[in-house]
Amino acid sequence: MSISHAPPSSPEPDISAMSKSERPGAERPGPGPLDLQPVVPAFSRGFRVPRWVRRTTGPIVLLAMWQVLSATGVLTSDVLASPGRIAQVGWDLVSDGSLPTAMGTSLRRVASGLLLGTVIGTGLALVSGLFRIGEDLVDAPVQMLRTVPFVGLIPLFIIWFGIGEAPKTAIITLGVTFPIYLNVYAGIRGVDSQLVEAGESLGLSRWGLTRHVVLPGALPGALTGLRYALGIAWLALVFAEQVNADAGIGFLMVQARDFLRTDVIVVCLIVYAFLGLLADFVVRSLERLLLQWRPTFTGR
Amino acid sequence: MATDVHRPVTAHAVRVEGLTRAFDGRAVIDDLRLDIAPGEFVALLGRSGCGKSTLLRILAGLDRDIQGTALVPRRRAVAFQAPRLMPWKKVWRNVLLGLPGRPERAVAERVLDEVGLGHRIGAWPKTLSGGEAQRASLARALVREPDLLLLDEPFGALDALTRIKAQRLVGEVWQRRGCAVLLVTHDVEEAVLLADRVLVMDGGRIAHEQRIDLDRPRGITDPRFAALRAGLLERLGVDTAAEAS
Repeated sequence: MSISHAPPSSPEPDISAMSKSERPGAERPGPGPLDLQPVVPAFSRGFRVPRWVRRTTGPIVLLAMWQVLSATGVLTSDVLASPGRIAQVGWDLVSDGSLPTAMGTSLRRVASGLLLGTVIGTGLALVSGLFRIGEDLVDAPVQMLRTVPFVGLIPLFIIWFGIGEAPKTAIITLGVTFPIYLNVYAGIRGVDSQLVEAGESLGLSRWGLTRHVVLPGALPGALTGLRYALGIAWLALVFAEQVNADAGIGFLMVQARDFLRTDVIVVCLIVYAFLGLLADFVVRSLERLLLQWRPTFTGR
Repeated sequence: MATDVHRPVTAHAVRVEGLTRAFDGRAVIDDLRLDIAPGEFVALLGRSGCGKSTLLRILAGLDRDIQGTALVPRRRAVAFQAPRLMPWKKVWRNVLLGLPGRPERAVAERVLDEVGLGHRIGAWPKTLSGGEAQRASLARALVREPDLLLLDEPFGALDALTRIKAQRLVGEVWQRRGCAVLLVTHDVEEAVLLADRVLVMDGGRIAHEQRIDLDRPRGITDPRFAALRAGLLERLGVDTAAEAS
């Protein structure tokens, strides 16, 4: 078939008619001068605004508009305080110590609820993930309870635990337990059976398999659960603190509502958001540390 | 092992008799008989689904729903087709996993050097190339000083060049260690290259047995090699005459 590569200008090759019909190359147009186009390097297209500038422009414009609307009186302080006023109030709340105290109380509630919920959720997940009898006994009731909206239990918890710290911790614990349970359980059951078999072939005992294969394999799932749990913990905190609280960020907000102080409410919302970000950062760091074996976490 | 009076004392590394393994009433291994001498390298060939991997899993003790006799040494080790390293343990911890006591890192270092992976001792498994991971898996098997090494298509997933190197490595390790090896493979060339004896499995039993008496190291250009290869391929239902034309 090399004949098809012969230049078309060459004389008709002296070959039999049999092969003539199967020479599609001979009919192709000759390689005339081609119209070449330069491939322009992508970075040479003039000056570009850095990405971080573009990304911060939107929020800044929004803030400026808010300030302008407040200053011109379109947005009254009864509806929403101006950004400048909010910054001022925020500073006052920090300097007179009421905000740090409230933050400390709220953080303590979240921490204790998170700890309790993580322990209970992980414990239940281990029982039902590692043992078939545990699954039969634990999984069905947990799945049933999971569908009850935990916020709806606040009245019952107040009757059971009174109005102190206990019902607040309990509601956060309850909210945290289920995402932890579900993700740890799924993590355990999702461990590659090939790895379990390899562990078996290496002579690992049941406990050895659990420690070296099953639990590390369930860790990514568990950390995902922890992140969900954190989100829910803050949500549960907001609900818990707005019912019968005498301290904490939620208490500050309820007080501010009674005095129509929208500035204080916004400051509290910002604090909630900030604490949520902080918690997320902690879990991310934890992931980077514990999951450094994953190719996405090469420790750079 | 020979001192244990409660176990039959035999000059075998593996002794299988009347072995049957059925899945849902369908016998994948049917009254199988197999002996492997200590230090012997046996390759097990067969079409996919003929039960050769099931046999290996039984010998490894991973499948125990069996009938019949299967005697294997206490010290045995498996290397699978996929390396099956624990991704959350560094290479040397993977190698030492499951060893009794608290073995030192140097133990892993020695065996990793043996397979030419000493420089990746502290690497995460997911950063290894396919060939490196397979060598780590082999090191993990060898560190157990097995009397029987079970290899389940360990070269199947490797590229052609890496496979040649890995096959050579297994041949060297076997000659140095002198352990019995059962290599499950579907590569006839590989079987003839490495094994003392090639078994062809069909219908749940050993359908054909071929002793390979070629001198080592063997060359695939040897006409006797080609003849053995052709004979085995024919046994497996591949017409080599058509291939040659």
